[in-house]
Amino acid sequence: MIRISFSKSCKKSVLYKQIFKEINDLVLDSIPIVSILSFFIGGVVAIQMALNLESPLLSKTLIGFATRQSVILEFAPTFISIIMAGKVGSYITSSIGTMRVTEQIDALEVMGINSLNYLVFPKIIAMLLYPFVITISMFLGIIGGLLAMTLTGVPSEAYIQGIQTDFDGYHVTYSYVKTLVFSFVLATVPAFHGYYMKGGALDVGKASTQSFYWTSIIIILLNYIITQLLLA
Amino acid sequence: MIEVKSISKKFENNKVLFDINSHFERGKTNLIIGQSGSGKTVFLKCLLGLYNIDSGEIKYDGRSSLKMNDFEKLNLRRDMGMVFQGSALFDSLNVLQNVRFPLDMLTDIDSEEKNERALKFIKRVNLEDALNKLPSELSGGMQKRVAIARAVVMNPKYLFCDEPNSGLDPKTAIVIDKLIHEITAEYQITTVINSHDMNSVIEIGENIVFLKDGIKIWQGTNKEILNSGNKEVNDFVYSSELVKKLK
Repeated sequence: MIRISFSKSCKKSVLYKQIFKEINDLVLDSIPIVSILSFFIGGVVAIQMALNLESPLLSKTLIGFATRQSVILEFAPTFISIIMAGKVGSYITSSIGTMRVTEQIDALEVMGINSLNYLVFPKIIAMLLYPFVITISMFLGIIGGLLAMTLTGVPSEAYIQGIQTDFDGYHVTYSYVKTLVFSFVLATVPAFHGYYMKGGALDVGKASTQSFYWTSIIIILLNYIITQLLLA
Repeated sequence: MIEVKSISKKFENNKVLFDINSHFERGKTNLIIGQSGSGKTVFLKCLLGLYNIDSGEIKYDGRSSLKMNDFEKLNLRRDMGMVFQGSALFDSLNVLQNVRFPLDMLTDIDSEEKNERALKFIKRVNLEDALNKLPSELSGGMQKRVAIARAVVMNPKYLFCDEPNSGLDPKTAIVIDKLIHEITAEYQITTVINSHDMNSVIEIGENIVFLKDGIKIWQGTNKEILNSGNKEVNDFVYSSELVKKLK
């Protein structure tokens, strides 16, 4: 599927238009939900850290440090990607699946158009901007933690000092490597389930569920493999 | 003209088409008729090249499907138009954009000329008042007319229609039949229609191929079919009590 989607390209002007449409549908439309989730989960992570660091012997800067590490290493790249498997993945599977069921894909093929290139390739390219969404998630997660700490009375200086403690740029690189791999999974696995689905309207729903199931599993497995390779 | 020579098609162990010989004439509405499950859709998809045939040969104005490379097959596809059973219009595009779509995808002509060509065919199917409507805002008959305009906007040599009347009331069905018939004659297209609608057979069937269980049983015109003398054809044609009484 991937090989065909990269071959026999449609007209460039049409592809550019499709890519911009997909950037809007897949990336820009995801920013509000990612922002809300990241902000509040960042806050919850910070509160839970504070709850477990009650000992006066432990520095309050640890709250900022632990929140930063949780958000950058795991929450933003991996858990937001699983949430995106639900949002973006279901959208991709159901939109392509509906086109399959209503013979729109057959119509493209009859016209002599490479339907995989027209439908899947722009999604893969659009998802290359997915790290931008994860950057927003990282930023808002940490800001959410700061706000939660301010509201619970922990000095913001301690939190800010914590998020600067032992900062390792490699962790951000690791996070972006994961994000790029996940962006490819998020575009292709749901597209595969939509494009090759059989049946009627009910099966579009089933294909979306299957797509979420497999995308999540693949993300979790790849997360383990990449972590083993880059951090172990 | 499309010539079909001894084609067969099977899916795993299920043989669907058996050694079919036939021809479909240019400028005429050619109908493939038969009961559900008779192999009509598979036959049409073989003609379209969506299914590869297992044996035999299909010739499109002398061009054999067996001797074509991928590039020639792609070019052949671009000589074809198709009206799908469910219209298969693109949900996110309005009427004008749907009809313009093949021009946008496959030609390099400028935008104004594309609009002109699209509008010409939209007017031909009497939908100039619905240019900006989305498919979801159109009735079944209007959707079919948009599908016809989209199928012929590239001036195809071959037009294929899969049950163009399904889901339509009898009056609209006749309008669609007549429209296809007129466009076929006007642009001298080789039109092949899949149908099990006897109204279509009588109204526009200039060349009819009757299939039963994947076998071609009979071929003739709408004038001949009522007196074919073939038992299987008669069973199909006179399946309705009303038609029997009319006879």
